[in-house]
This record gives sequence, structure tokens and C-alpha cells, in this order.
Amino acid sequence: MPGPIRACVCSKDYGAMKIVVLWTDWVVFFVMAATLLYAWKVRHTPHLASTWRKAFASPTGSAATTVLAAFVSIGVLDTLHYRRLLSNSTGTAPTYGTETLSLLDHLLRRQQAGKERSYSAPLAYLAYEKEAVTTNGETRRIYPRLINAGTHLQDPAHDRAADVLTRGFVGAIKGMFVAGLLAGLLTWFKSRRNGRGLAAAWFDIRSGRTRMPLRVVLTTVSVLCLLSGIVLALSVEYHVFGTDRVGNDLFYVVMKSLRTALVIGTLSTLVTMPIAVGLGILAGYLGGWIDEVIQYIYTVINSIPYVLLIAATVLILMTFIDNHADLFPTAANRTDARLFFLCVILGMTSWTDLCRLIRGEVIKLREAEYIQAAQAFGVGTWRILSVHLLPNVMHLILISMVISFSGLVLAEAVLSYVGIGVDPAMQSFGTLINTARLELSRKPAIWWTLATAFSFMFTLVLSANIFSDAVRDAFDPRAIHN
Amino acid sequence: MLKLDQLRTEIYSSQGTVVAVDGVTLDIQPGETFALVGESGSGKSVTALSITRLLPDNACVAAGSVLLGGTNLVDLAERDMRRYRGRHISMIFQEPATSLNPVLTIGRQIIEVIETHTELHGAAARSKAIDWLRRVGIPEPERRIDTYSFQMSGGQKQRVMIAMALATEPELLIADEPTTALDVTVQKQILDLLLSLQRERGMSILLITHDLGVVAQVADRVGIMYAGELVELATKDEFFSRPMHPYANGLLGALPDVDKRGHTLEAIPGSAPTLTQAFHGCRFAPRCHAATERCRQEAPALYAQGATHAVRCFGFAPTNPVVISALPERIAGAGAHNRREAGDVLLRADKLRVRFPIRSGLMQRITGYVDAVHDVSFELRQGQTLALVGESGSGKTTTGKAILQLLRGSAVVDGSATLNGLELMTANDRQLHGARRQMQIIFQDPFGSLNPRMRVGEILEEGILSLQPDVSAVGRTERIAVLLDKVGLPRNCVTRYPHEFSGGQRQRIAIARALAVDPQLIICDEPTSALDVSVQAQILNLLKGLQQELGVAYLFITHNIGVVEYLADHVAVMQDGRIVEAGRSAELLSSPREAYTQTLLAAVPRARLKAV
Ligand SMILES: Nc1ncnc2c1ncn2[C@@H]1O[C@H](COP(=O)(O)OP(=O)(O)O)[C@@H](O)[C@H]1O
Ligand code: SF4
Ligand SMILES: [Mg+2]
Repeated sequence: MPGPIRACVCSKDYGAMKIVVLWTDWVVFFVMAATLLYAWKVRHTPHLASTWRKAFASPTGSAATTVLAAFVSIGVLDTLHYRRLLSNSTGTAPTYGTETLSLLDHLLRRQQAGKERSYSAPLAYLAYEKEAVTTNGETRRIYPRLINAGTHLQDPAHDRAADVLTRGFVGAIKGMFVAGLLAGLLTWFKSRRNGRGLAAAWFDIRSGRTRMPLRVVLTTVSVLCLLSGIVLALSVEYHVFGTDRVGNDLFYVVMKSLRTALVIGTLSTLVTMPIAVGLGILAGYLGGWIDEVIQYIYTVINSIPYVLLIAATVLILMTFIDNHADLFPTAANRTDARLFFLCVILGMTSWTDLCRLIRGEVIKLREAEYIQAAQAFGVGTWRILSVHLLPNVMHLILISMVISFSGLVLAEAVLSYVGIGVDPAMQSFGTLINTARLELSRKPAIWWTLATAFSFMFTLVLSANIFSDAVRDAFDPRAIHN
Repeated sequence: MLKLDQLRTEIYSSQGTVVAVDGVTLDIQPGETFALVGESGSGKSVTALSITRLLPDNACVAAGSVLLGGTNLVDLAERDMRRYRGRHISMIFQEPATSLNPVLTIGRQIIEVIETHTELHGAAARSKAIDWLRRVGIPEPERRIDTYSFQMSGGQKQRVMIAMALATEPELLIADEPTTALDVTVQKQILDLLLSLQRERGMSILLITHDLGVVAQVADRVGIMYAGELVELATKDEFFSRPMHPYANGLLGALPDVDKRGHTLEAIPGSAPTLTQAFHGCRFAPRCHAATERCRQEAPALYAQGATHAVRCFGFAPTNPVVISALPERIAGAGAHNRREAGDVLLRADKLRVRFPIRSGLMQRITGYVDAVHDVSFELRQGQTLALVGESGSGKTTTGKAILQLLRGSAVVDGSATLNGLELMTANDRQLHGARRQMQIIFQDPFGSLNPRMRVGEILEEGILSLQPDVSAVGRTERIAVLLDKVGLPRNCVTRYPHEFSGGQRQRIAIARALAVDPQLIICDEPTSALDVSVQAQILNLLKGLQQELGVAYLFITHNIGVVEYLADHVAVMQDGRIVEAGRSAELLSSPREAYTQTLLAAVPRARLKAV
């Protein structure tokens, strides 16, 4: 049903496809641009540069950053959306598929297309449930062969183990080759930069004698390359992590869940920050009735159970989307809008802690002598807020931003689990865990959905937490004094 | 009794290894008070912590020994050391507020010490504790023993600390700046108390201080530390009659007092070196007026000068000593003779009263007021200095801020303050904006008064931007360059951040900031009390020079009587928010009329060279 361009999407025709930018895509692009801008500013501000360097200089911090960067790149690949051209006969307007795809979908098209009828275990070649199959007029209940996994095996029971090992081994070699290529590139870059020979640069990196822990980064990259080499090689002929109830390859589903988690983490934080910072600074600096009103607001918000608030808003939202189907031309637009509003709501309900923190800090800073010196110069309130106060609470903002990220990813899982999170059609860790609840109680249990969702989410949240620890250590003034 | 031999203590920091104490050798006799003197960062406290083995985790005694009655404390196991601490050595610290546990009664804390280190227990320990509280001069000790430390004043807390330290009857008391956080009158009481207890008990005291006045008052022997080394060792009389080391001489010359009025102070140029570097020559050479090539090449040893006097300076080397020229004569100050004639009245405060609202309850309603300043009246003429003197909490800062209109909104201010005839209290925003060009402020803490996130150039520019928006960008840059020259900072520091500067340099930046709008009045709130003596002298010289050059008037807030004697034309003494006495500084300081002024002046410790 390709209609006119809707208010909520922006699309552009490019011959074979139509570029689609969803709401949350805009947000991702905005965050990327803002990050680049901030990085540029950091480079030109010595104290920021040295603090950030300190954050990356810790081995755990740089390892976590590397893992996060890998996840983020997957998320970004999943953000470049388009719709495929269906027919383009001259004279008629071209028609496009109703399905909004992303670059990641394209890269994983085999895994996306390779659907089964229902559950199958990781690396299996038979389905999980028996089916009635009629051969030579005789009907038997057997475990049927999977449609898209292990089809190349002549005698699967006998050949599979060897095949998995060979494929895994080849994948590992390919992964290591890529890692080696990256290491070579890094060494070359470093030797160019320091004006030293390649061998010397490599020796520096290997023995850990570089300013940044490049050795740790390279090790992490190698491990990531190795693992993804193995998984990618196997995923061509198998479902590495099994399939879910409707037969989707879990490897594909979990890759798609990463973007959801990242968007929830960043967009909600993005909504939180201006409210928390603005209100916190105003309340702390101006005091008086403004302070009282702001304190009143966050006390009230804090005393409403946020699950309730979110449940109510999500219900209203669903009704709205259902009643205004014309605003959301594709299913992707609908699920995306729901994700977007979920983030907004999460952000609106989680600003109170940071607001209180900033208010307290500003009340302390208000008495600082440099603020009083500025007042003695008759410097305006706006300038005092933006030039004197904001930069001096920036470290708090940053620390709380990275800390709240993982909390929000977890919050999504909880909300989707209770059914008020993202759209059930959207791949996310929360929906995965929600389905796993029933699967675990079957006999024999279907453990792979939970195991897959859990290990990826755990890795994401753990690396986000380690990263935020490193940032806090670098930015917390108390740590600096030691 | 206590003997340090070639003590060397290293601290590992991210900037490298700091050799905080380097080859310190000294001994303390039973019953004597040994004063270890030096500026901040010279290694006094680390020496004390090395003796008691209370060093932070990233520090250790790298070489040398600490002998206490034949036992080398450096080799002792931590368990045995714990027995030594308390029983043989006790320690009191600078900050009485943080050395007592706020959630335990003071009685609990003293009794615990007594029970761990003596045979006494239960009721006996309690009566002993009460006894000690009485001896350190806590009134009603039977009742006060069950109170908490936050219910006491600073001086009382320090008394309790002393009671706790002495309750174990140690042979050696280490007192690290025990009176620095206290007012002079309280300082005198605490020092008197320490001395009388010492006489009674015959213990030794290692007194650590930066204040030569305190040394002159209580010490038997003196050790001067500079950059981790002991540079002079002498009896008190020897030291004050004939200080030998150029640094010691410099310190004494840098102390402001009435005799130096009208002269520039002999500020020691530069600042103390960082201790992460490897030294080759004499550590004082870069700041020494007599330094020669030899001083820069080899390190001097501690040369004995008689039985009890020793100096680490080539000027006293037994073979071919370096000639130590006399310090350049005091520049007979332009100040004494060319002192500007007093101009018109610039600032007049009349019946100034400041009350801070007390808020309480859920809705933070005002339930009462604290009277911080009462009926304060004074006059300050153009180009003159009025010193506002008093102990902490007497309302000096509040008076200054009320005049600058920094308390609008946070306190109730009555009375009047006029600047060049303009009534500031009722001035509207536009008038006030104009008046701000004429009055500026310099704060006490050079680390808190500059925004750490702004470059020096931006800091200096801010006032001009706000108060003289018509000055062009080029004009501002030029003016900033001139300002930096005036306060003696290099012009290239505009692109640097405050943390790259030392305390003295930061105070220069703050002065330049205040001067940026050409004010006629600068309120200086304890501008030198966070600085070391040698740097204080640089800043006082600078302020004085600027007054002569530009004719600014200073409202100088301080508790340091020496600075007042040196600098002020008029003095107003404040107590509990009131001015108790005011007048010309020469008359008031030499013949105070009010009892409070007399006590205050009598309590000031003096460090004067004795005539030989
Ligand atoms: N913001 C404030 N709120 C309540 N009381 C204050 C405040 N500032 C100062 N005071 C009180 O005012 C008195 C004078 O303080 P201050 O002007 O700082 O003295 P000084 O400068 O001599 O140390 C003190 O008793 C102090 O407790
Ligand atoms: S040794 Fe030389 S530089 Fe050092 S204090 Fe003596 S005269 Fe000055
Ligand atoms: Mg004060």
C-alpha cells in the first residue's frame, strides 16, 4: 500500500530501492553527529582530552569500549533502512515492497530467509518436534529434516560433527586473517605516526609500551573476529543459535535486538538529559519558589510507580496508532513509532535522580568564589548558568549518562517481559525473554532462546557497565585527587 | 630519645616518584620541644607520618631509620608498631573537626584509648578520662564527657584531641600544625596548654608548623625544611639571633610586620620546586640571591657551625665557602614618603546590618534570623587601605559581600553603603551595573576563585565583556596583555587553564581579573592567608605597588595582624558582628583601648630577629 509520503517517514527513491528514515533512525544519526562533534571538542580541550584518555587508558575500559563499538556498528548497519523495488514497468509509478529492510537485513539475508516451520536446536539438522510424514503411502511420525539447515549433508548423523568442525575451523582461520589484517594496519599506522620502523611499532604494541592500551584493544578485536568468523561460517548452513517458535533464525533475531537495545539506551538518555540538567541547574542556582516547584514535581513523579505510568501511556499510544493507520504506512513505521514513544516515556520518568544530583552540586557550586566573582562583575544569570555552572557539572552528566544506559537496556527487557514494552513484532531482548518464559516449561526444555538472549544482553550490559566505571574513574574529581 | 637517621620517604604518584623526605637526620631530647618548620609541601607532615608509620598506601620509608629508645620503628611489624603508637608516641592533627569521630561521644573515644593502652578499665578509665578533660581545660568535664564533637567549638575539639593524645602518657607527642585552623586567641591558649602539660609530664614534643611566630613562642630547637631536606638546625635563640641559611633569612624577611611598613617585603622570588625531579645542585639555588655556579653543580652537605647549629649551604662550607652577599637593602619604600594624600571618601558604610534567614520544616519556611553583622559603620578614602580585622565568624566576609551586593536574595541587609555617593543598597540593576565597575573583590582561596573550566584569557575577559561591552575584541586583548604585565605573569598564559598555575600565580590572576575593569575599590578577603609566607610577601608587594601606581583603595579583610601592621592605614576590629574599635592603624595597634583588641594583639605570636 505505497501511499503518499507520510508525515512520520522520510523516503527518497533511488532507482532500485527507496531510502527510508524512521524516527529512531533520525535519532541515531543525531546521536552519531553529536558524538562526533563532542569528540572534536574534546580534541581541542586539553583537560577533557586528558580525562578521556585516562578513561580509555584502563585495560578493562578499552576492552569494553571495543566490544561496545562492535555492537554499535551492528546497530548502525541496522539503522540504514530502505524498501525494495518490486516492479518498475515504464509508465506506471514504481511499486516498493511493504517490508522495510536494513543494511543488516541485506547482509544477513540468508539467515533471514532461511526460516524453518518451528523450533530447532542450535546446529541441529532435524526439527525439534515430530511431524506426520507420508512416505510411500505410509504415514509415520518422525523428526523431519530442517528445510534450511544441514541440507547439504548426505548422511547427517554421521557427517555433521566433522562438517561443523571443518566449517568452524575455516571460519576461525578467516576471522584470524581479518584480525591479522587489522593488526597490520594498526602497526603500519602507528609506525607512520611515530616515524619508527614497522618492527619497532609492532614490538611496542606487543609489549604494551603504547600510550593507549593497544595490545588490549587488539586482543579484544581478535577474540571478536575469531568468534564472529566461526559463527558466520556456521550460519551459512546451520542455525547457530537455533530457531524460535515461528522458525526464525535466532542469530538473525538477536542481531536485530541489538539495535533496539541501543536505541532504547541512547534515546531515553537523550530525553532525560535536557530535563534533568535544565531543571537541576535552575532549581539549584535560582532557589526560592522555582526550587520548590521543581522539587515538588520530581517528588510527585518519583512516587508514581513508573510501570503504571508506562503501562497507561503505552495503551493510549497503541490506541492512537490503531486509529491513525494512515500515518504509519508500514509495519516497520508502526513498531518504530512505538519504540520511539517508549523511549520518550522512559526518559520522562527517569530524570529525577540526575536532577536531584545536579541540584545538590549546583547548590554547592553557587557558593563557589568564582561564581561570586562573576556576580561581582554583574554577569547575567544565563551566562553564569551556561558558562560557569554547566561545564562544572558536565562530569556528573556524563557519568550518569553512561551509567543509566545499561539500566535502560535492562528496563526495556523488564517492560517487554510484562508486555508493555516494545511492539511484540519487534525483535528485542525483552520480547525474546518473554517468549522464553513459556519455552522453558516445555519438556524437553527449549533453552536456546533464553541462553542466546541472555548471553548477548549480558555482554552488552557488562561492557556498558565496565565502560561507565572507566568513565567515572576518569571524571570523578575524588578519584583525581588520589 | 627520638633519632631520625638519613630518613628517606618516597611517595608513588601518577606524576612519578616524589621523594617527600630526603636524608633527614635529627634527634629530639627528652622534655624538649623541637619545631619542624617549612612551607607547604616541604615534607614536614610526611616526616611525622614516617615516624608513626601512618603513611598512605602508596608511600614507604625507602631508607634510613627511626630510633625510639633503641628500637628501630621502621623494621617493626605492624602489630608491634600499633603498641608503640599511643603508648610511646601520640599524634594530633591540624583539623580538629575531622580527627574526632562524630558519631561517638568524646568520652567513648578517650576511654577506648585509655583502656587499650593502660591498665585502667571501666569506671577507673572513665574517671581518668574526666580527669584529662579537666586538665585540658574543658569546663564541666563530668557533663561534657557524654557529648558529641559537633557540639563543641574548634578550640574545644583540639583540647579533646590533646586529652586523647596525652591520656596514654606518651613519651613523644607529635603535633602537626595543631593550631593552624584556630584563631590567634585560641591558638595561644592551646600552645600554653601544651607547654604546661609538657613541663608537668616531661614529654618531648615534635611541633610541625609553618608559622615562625609559633616557633619563637614555644620551641627549644628548630629545624627548617626545604624541598624535603633539612636545611638548617639550631636552637631557637641561635636561629632568631643569627639565621644562616639564605632561605631562613628570606622567610624572616618576608614576614610582614610594623617595622617593614613603607618598605617592600623581601619576597623570595619563584616558588618551591616539585619533588619528582632529580636534584643536582643546591635545591634552593634557583631562588637564592647568592647562588653561584658551584651551588648549581654540587649539593651542599649539612655543615656544623658550633655544637648545636648546622646549615646546608656552601656559604658555611669549611673549605672555600661561597660568599653570601647581604640581601639587597630594603628599598626604602616609596610608600613611606610618597604616600598619596588621602582623597575624598570613596566608600561609606553606615549602620550596616546583615541577617541570614534560618529555614526549617518541610516547606523551608523562615523561622528566624542569624545576626551576622550589626551596626557596622566605617569610611574608606580613595587610595587608602582599611583593614577589617577579627576572628573567624566575626562577620568580616559578610560585611564585604553585603557591600558588593552579593547577598541580595540570600540575606536581609539593612543600613546604607555608599560608593562615590551612590547608595548601593537601593540601587537598581542599571545603577548597580555601573557601580560594579568601581568595586571588585579578591577571594581567599586561589583554587576556588577561578573557574577551572575557563582559560585565563576568558577569565580576565569576562568582567570587561560584562561591564564595558563597548570595548572591542582588540581592545580587550590589549588590555589583558597589559594586566598580565602589571601582575607579573607571562603574556602567553591567556591560553592556559588555572590548574597549570601555582597558588601565588593564581592569586595574581585573580588580582588581574579584579583590575580588569579599573576599579577604585577592591575588597580583598584574606587574599594571602592560603599562601606560604614567601609567596604572601610577593602578593603583598604587588598589592602595595598597584595601590601606589593606580590609587585603588583596599578594604582588606584579614585575621593576620602582621599584614595589618604592614599594610593598613586604618583598622577596624570586629567581634561578633560589631566593630569594637577603629582608628588609624599606627595608634590603634600600639595603644589599643578596648580589652578585646588588647587580648587579640597579645595573642599574636611574633617572630623578630633578636639584636645580637
Ligand atoms: N550563608 C550563611 N547562612 C547562615 N549564616 C551565615 C552564612 N554566612 C555566614 N554566616 C554566619 O555569619 C557569621 C559571620 O560569618 P563570616 O562573615 O563568614 O565571618 P568571617 O569572614 O569573619 O569568617 C558567622 O557566624 C556565620 O555562621
Ligand atoms: S648553597 Fe648556594 S644556592 Fe644554596 S643556599 Fe647556599 S648560597 Fe644559596
Ligand atoms: Mg571569612
